[in-house]
Amino acid sequence: MSLLEITDLHARVAEKEILKGISLTVNPGEVHAIMGPNGSGKSTLAGVLSGRDAYEVTSGEVLFDGQDLLELEPEERAQLGVFLAFQYPVEIPGVNNTYFLRAALNSIRKYRGEEEMSAPAFLKLVREKMNVLHIDQSLLNRPVNEGFSGGEKKRNEIFQMAVLDPKLAILDETDSGLDIDALKTVAEGVNALRSPERAIIVVTHYQRLLNYIVPDFVHVLSGGRIVKSGGKELALELEAQGYGWLESGSTSELVAA
Amino acid sequence: MSAATDTIEEFASKEYKYGFVSEIESDTIPIGLSEEVIRMISSKKNEPEWLLEWRLKAYKHWLTMTDPLWHNVNVTPVDYQKIAYYSAPKPKKVLNSLDEVDPEMLAMFDKLGISLQEQKRLSNVAVDAVFDSVSVTTTFKGELKKQGIIFCSFSEAVQDHPELVRQYLGSVIPYSDNFYATLNSAVFTDGSFCYIPKGVRCPMELSTYFRINAANTGQFERTLIICDEGGYVSYLEGCTAPMRDENQLHAACVELVAMKDATIKYSTVQNWYPGDKEGKGGIYNFVTKRGICKGDNAKISWTQVETGSAITWKYPSCILQGDNSIGEFYSVALTNNKQQADTGTKMIHLGKNTRSTIVSKGISAGNGQNTYRGLVKINPGAENARNYSQCDSLLLGDRCGAHTFPYIEVKNPTATVEHEASTSKIGEDQIFYCNQRGISTEDAVSMIVNGFCKEVFKELPMEFAVEAQKLLGVSLEGSVG
Repeated sequence: MSLLEITDLHARVAEKEILKGISLTVNPGEVHAIMGPNGSGKSTLAGVLSGRDAYEVTSGEVLFDGQDLLELEPEERAQLGVFLAFQYPVEIPGVNNTYFLRAALNSIRKYRGEEEMSAPAFLKLVREKMNVLHIDQSLLNRPVNEGFSGGEKKRNEIFQMAVLDPKLAILDETDSGLDIDALKTVAEGVNALRSPERAIIVVTHYQRLLNYIVPDFVHVLSGGRIVKSGGKELALELEAQGYGWLESGSTSELVAA
Repeated sequence: MSAATDTIEEFASKEYKYGFVSEIESDTIPIGLSEEVIRMISSKKNEPEWLLEWRLKAYKHWLTMTDPLWHNVNVTPVDYQKIAYYSAPKPKKVLNSLDEVDPEMLAMFDKLGISLQEQKRLSNVAVDAVFDSVSVTTTFKGELKKQGIIFCSFSEAVQDHPELVRQYLGSVIPYSDNFYATLNSAVFTDGSFCYIPKGVRCPMELSTYFRINAANTGQFERTLIICDEGGYVSYLEGCTAPMRDENQLHAACVELVAMKDATIKYSTVQNWYPGDKEGKGGIYNFVTKRGICKGDNAKISWTQVETGSAITWKYPSCILQGDNSIGEFYSVALTNNKQQADTGTKMIHLGKNTRSTIVSKGISAGNGQNTYRGLVKINPGAENARNYSQCDSLLLGDRCGAHTFPYIEVKNPTATVEHEASTSKIGEDQIFYCNQRGISTEDAVSMIVNGFCKEVFKELPMEFAVEAQKLLGVSLEGSVG
């Protein structure tokens, strides 16, 4: 069974229809890149999947592990294993980063009927993940995202992903605002988290991130529809030719891997 | 309305838990205020002549005053002739020990989580319990006495230590200070008294618990704390009242005197009945609190968590007279439903190298209105005085308000005064961020509010920090990290 199955998804913001029939299948272990120009609906798709309030789904279906995802509250989706790495991670002043993460992990564990993780066990887990991702200890003791640099915020997102261990991670424009060194560090972190059990959807405007996180599939989103799907080489074609050559509109070619 | 806003509303409208009334037989004098009433209070308390005269002086002055109108709250005028100025639980006989305290009374304090049976107490806190107009009992008195510490009800202090009371009463807050302080000076009934001798570090937290029980009474207590040279004391104050439809007046005075090298830390968790959702009933909390750092290197630190009362009007202040003395004010004020708060501090710098810190956190929810009002005054003689002020407001929902009125008067060019202020709303994006990590909206709101108050909570003694967090409906941040 596939992990995520999106069928003919339509969604709007206020009165404006943004997604106009998206279909996509994602299996465990796969990395899908969703590319497209500004306004094509990339972030809307990420928002709809994670359950942001602003979007209204008008038709279509999303199954996650066979469950109707659109029925669920955002926290339930997270508890089932959907993780969104935010384009703009939110600051929560005064709330310790480690405390926040432990609260998150324990609410996920509770949902799954597992026991809360004790403080020592949690610290051990955090240290392990920190070493893998080269996260500085000081980041843990600071308030969530408050005063973080752009690079620190994005790295913190990937660190949270490592600790929460989701089945599906959606990276929303994780490359935006990063210089090339920060980009490499974040990409390394993501690559370390690739596994046969986990699927990753990388939402990005630019091809450069995909030099470091090499996708299995690339989908081009334009005007609320997937207009082209292919392998990783599609990203390079886009880089060479821009999005313009797709605008004329070839029909979408669904990837059912 | 979104789910997030719903939860914020819910969070803001938690029920008041302490609203019960205890059936305790009381000796309450008829309502109304006159010279006769003041004489009656004074004679009931068997007071010396000088104290009665002081009361009457205050009363005569009060008659010339009018209710202050400068604050940023809507008050239904108080009819001072409709208040009973004295209510005491009827003693069956003179109390010699705790065993003789009315069991109803012990049960009531137990219900409030305040155990008066000292032998059973595990925590290191000595309590003076004030019920309506009188102090019921003071725990651990004997133990404290061994170190020369006096901790007793104000009435006892008048009888047993009149010289100390006479010397310091009104020395920080003169009887003519302001409308409510003057009224208090005329009619105060009881309160706590504490004296820490030279060089003594008080080994336990001292605490007063105030409870209004009787209907139509006002509570006018007076607290006086003197910390002699090199002494240290940490003092806690808690308060609750039953739910009643009419407003009840609480007009207290607290005076602190810190001598050379002495430190007084005064913490309040105020949870008077705030009135119902429509704003009916609730306590008018009009309180004057002031401390003086009399000697060099003295320090006074106020920490308050204000969650109760229909209207709160108080400005715990520091007069920094001694050179190098330090004043601090840490405050969390929460207003929800129709609650109003106008609170802040005054830092009066007189001595050289005096320093003050103000951290104020206002949280408004429902239709709550929260005002910070503060004065930083640097006098000509205060060379190199420094002040840092930070006023943050957090809004929950879209019908509440936050207001900030900082006053700064600097009369010495060597002073450094900093003021920072911010207003923020709990954002849907913050809540969604928490949701997306698996945290429910309710927990997210708690976490965000808790984070906002963190700088103040960390100033509270441990037991109180826990209570304060509970009061705000939030769980304590774990020690992880």
